Amino acid sequence: MEFPKDLKYTKEHEWVKLEGNVVVVGITDYAQDSLGDVVYVELPQEGVGVTKNESFGVVESVKAVSDLYSPVSGSVAEVNDAIVDNPEVINEDPYGDAWMIKVELSNAGELDDLMNADDYQKFIEEEK
Amino acid sequence: MTINRTTGLSPLKARGDMLMDEPLIFERSSEGRPGVLPAAPDVPAVDARKFIPEKMLRDAIGGFPQVSEIDVVRHYTRLSQWNFGVDTGFYPLGSCTMKYNPKINEAAARLSGFSMLHPYAPEETAQGALQLMYELQEYLADISGMDAVTLQPSAGAHGELCGLLMIAAYFKGIGAMRHKIIIPDTAHGTNPASAHLAGFKVVPVKSEANGVLSAAAVEAAMDDDTAALMLTNPNTIGLFERNIKKIAAIVHKKGGLVYCDGANMNALMGLVKLGEIGVDVVQFNLHKTFSTPHGGGGPGSGPVGVKKSLEPLLPVPRIKKSGKKYSFAYDRPDSIGRMKAFYGNFSIMVRAYAYMRRMGKDGLKRASEIAILNANYIRERLKGHYQLAYDTPCMHESVFSDKLQQSNGVTTLDVAKRLIDYGYHPPTIYFPLVVHGSIMIEPTETETKETLDRFIDAMKAIAQEAKTSPELLKNAPASTRVGRVDETRAAREPILRWKPKTGI
Amino acid sequence: MPYIPHSEKEIREMLLAVGAASIEGLLSSMLPAGVRDKKGLKTLHEGISEQELSGALKGLAAKNSPAGELSCFLGAGAYNHYIPAAVDALISRSEFYTAYTPYQPEISQGTLQAIFEYQTLVCQLTAMDVSNASLYDGASAVAEAVLMARRITGRDKVYLSAALHPEYRETVRTYLKGAGDHVYDILFCTDKGTTLAGAVEKAVGDDPACLVIQHPNFFGSLEELEELAALIHRKKGLLIAVTNEGVSLGLLKPPGSSGVDIAVGDLQSFGNTIGFGGPYLGFMATRTEFIRQMPGRIIGQTVDKNGNRAFCLTFATREQHIRRERATSNICTNHGLCALAASIHLTSLGSAGLRELAALNVSKANYLKEKLSGVSGATPGFSSPVFNEFTIKLGGDVDLVLKGLLKKGVIAGVPLKRFYPQLANHLLVAATEMNSKDEIDRFSEELSKILT
Repeated sequence: MEFPKDLKYTKEHEWVKLEGNVVVVGITDYAQDSLGDVVYVELPQEGVGVTKNESFGVVESVKAVSDLYSPVSGSVAEVNDAIVDNPEVINEDPYGDAWMIKVELSNAGELDDLMNADDYQKFIEEEK
Repeated sequence: MTINRTTGLSPLKARGDMLMDEPLIFERSSEGRPGVLPAAPDVPAVDARKFIPEKMLRDAIGGFPQVSEIDVVRHYTRLSQWNFGVDTGFYPLGSCTMKYNPKINEAAARLSGFSMLHPYAPEETAQGALQLMYELQEYLADISGMDAVTLQPSAGAHGELCGLLMIAAYFKGIGAMRHKIIIPDTAHGTNPASAHLAGFKVVPVKSEANGVLSAAAVEAAMDDDTAALMLTNPNTIGLFERNIKKIAAIVHKKGGLVYCDGANMNALMGLVKLGEIGVDVVQFNLHKTFSTPHGGGGPGSGPVGVKKSLEPLLPVPRIKKSGKKYSFAYDRPDSIGRMKAFYGNFSIMVRAYAYMRRMGKDGLKRASEIAILNANYIRERLKGHYQLAYDTPCMHESVFSDKLQQSNGVTTLDVAKRLIDYGYHPPTIYFPLVVHGSIMIEPTETETKETLDRFIDAMKAIAQEAKTSPELLKNAPASTRVGRVDETRAAREPILRWKPKTGI
Repeated sequence: MPYIPHSEKEIREMLLAVGAASIEGLLSSMLPAGVRDKKGLKTLHEGISEQELSGALKGLAAKNSPAGELSCFLGAGAYNHYIPAAVDALISRSEFYTAYTPYQPEISQGTLQAIFEYQTLVCQLTAMDVSNASLYDGASAVAEAVLMARRITGRDKVYLSAALHPEYRETVRTYLKGAGDHVYDILFCTDKGTTLAGAVEKAVGDDPACLVIQHPNFFGSLEELEELAALIHRKKGLLIAVTNEGVSLGLLKPPGSSGVDIAVGDLQSFGNTIGFGGPYLGFMATRTEFIRQMPGRIIGQTVDKNGNRAFCLTFATREQHIRRERATSNICTNHGLCALAASIHLTSLGSAGLRELAALNVSKANYLKEKLSGVSGATPGFSSPVFNEFTIKLGGDVDLVLKGLLKKGVIAGVPLKRFYPQLANHLLVAATEMNSKDEIDRFSEELSKILT
């Protein structure tokens, strides 16, 4: 299982990548593996606000539903509509093509609460 | 069932009818082939356009089947052969009480005095039906220790909603609305769904390490905004909630009510009356406890029993008896209203009534006792071969897990699928959620000791196979017409109806 | 004991295996003394033999006077139609009726394929895109549709035509008690017996969740669905159409071609007896875009691991066992066996048979309407076209007339004053292929005698 060093992570298994004042958000390799085959994803519309630790969407496998929790607060700058039509990408390329939303940060300080790759890896070892 | 030593498969494999293909009924259709045509009109046949404006009429339905009677009969006969029912074999589906469905019940439901009776027939022409319903209500009230029963809800979930709406109406009625329902983590998913639909917020409460709810946990969760505790007793682990009286006292002391999901009442008949141990509202599942068939997923019937204080809230109409005359009573100002049109799933009531009369009071008590004995027999004899979730005697069902099989890479799903090859319907799997990889086995009282012995042997053989040849489990079932089904594809590329090849 | 196969010897062996001295001993290890019932069951007697039971049930059934024994002209959401013998023969196959929800697709392909076919038949009848695997009955199906419309639109206000079955309206109100009421009735036109666009326009504000119209409506009258659809769509609400006489779908323009967003109702008319009110067959069909908001089980086509066509439950994440309190509904099962009965009836009829049956019903009802209208003291209640049910307005006291007719073996209809005080002299009357010309003629003759 892969956990790229240049990303930050949440306890709810989302990853975050900083690109200027915008962060890209997706779910981790561990999350997609625990879910199994993803069959459906629901994402917010562009322009809506998201709040740290609150749900911004839903991802479903055949027999499970998981909320997607926003790692940061801000407004949704871009949505990856391609994965809505092809949710299997989430299983295939969780850190690449399966990015979910881009959020324009309203409070950059929130990034400090996120885990780095090593800490996240430790966290999921404990969770198992 | 004897197992073929060379293939490891049951003789089912040899039955061609299980494997033969059968197209969709639409694919059997042939343009112009007549089916069962209606009678020729004995009144002047008129063109519908004489009475109905043409713009309100439709054209012929494209792709609608055009098949003969024998096509229909062979089609559905073949489909039936791809199914597994209680009459096919042992069906230990936990929490569903798949007991034998007596044939006399079916005959009774089909008596024209019942089946051809219109729901709005004048009451004087429906006295037999009303009497049956009235007496069935009394039996159910007696068995559960409740003061009054409605037969209206169509299913267990429908009964839950009905009961919870009455609880909401109760608090509204006393001018002190409450907004929360406490539900243990062992509950069936319907409980929180019903509570939500009834307008409540769900407060989960954890069961103890021994699988039951503690008085302390309820005490901590209970407050004066909590309308009710909704529990299942025996719970979904098959354990009796032994602290129930204490728990009910805590809930009552803070002004709350106790709702019991009666899904597992097959363990209690004649042994425990829920109304006497603090329960205020309970729903019955006639299709579980009282032997009415499950119908491939309904129709069932979910009557609700309540204590006196909630009686005015029951759905309309109620059945009234004065002298020897039965009638419907509609004038019930405090009633929550209706759960459905008419009075409930009457033909299911006829079946349950027939069952209860046939069994009698001693028979029902015996049914619960033997259901418990059968469950414990399986629990005891499978112990060690599969991990018991809770190593204590159980009521009507016991819960195992795949913990002992994990080291061979074998999961509960594999065990379940392999059981099919041995000729059994698998138990309930992956529920309750509190047990990882759970296997929930409910044999019911109608199964013989030999049936249980053979099932136990099959389960043990599978546990052995899991060690020696796990691929047999991974590839199971091998004896059925279709192999494991691609559920991911069903969800990703939904095909939810047949369509003709060219347009519609 | 009936249905309990254990001999005393076997019970002893089993007790030995579980390490209990007696059943009582086993029970007492789990049930605290304080919870045990000591009084026993009081209302139930001793069990009886199957023969005695058979006699007792026949005795109870004989206290009823069913349709067929009497001439029955009742409809109002429960329609007596001829059921081909093949229907009961096939649903009596115990592989169908003693199975449960098809959780294990490998040994449930029969139920799964049958429901997939049922979903297709419902889509064909209604001209909608997708159907679920059935619901309880027409009334609860309407309640579920209303909740669904609220989720889709994010709005509260629900408008019900007063010409929707009164018990359906009551059911909607009960269901919505937990979800905040906001249910309003829209008056029907007392000349036509239909829901007029003008009345809807007046009653509905800017933010309706949905409008619910029964068609044919409770009075048997045909509604102008397209006009009402256009109206409610202008206000960004949904149109829910309710059909509880399924046979009408064989002839009338289907909801999907009339701008309807959610088609619901009851298909009892196909393959299911009137059986004192249940079990019946709630159905729901909608547009593809709304599928994730649809309640109930859905069957999908897929392949097995060998690439062969197979069927399974799908879109399960909408349901209570996964989403718990956030599910689209609390419903678990459906009315699978009723859906099977309907499918067998529909496929037996076939496309020509269904159309003929619907036309036959129109002929019967309009013949009855003509006969009754010819009786002095009886006039049609409303002027709009009907399918197989209509109202008549009587000159005399409705209760007395009904009593008089019952004495002559005729159950004439449903008195509407029970539901609509303003329709004190109206009777709701239905005729299907089960009502012979002789019966109809006798009905009008006896009515004539009573009214003069």
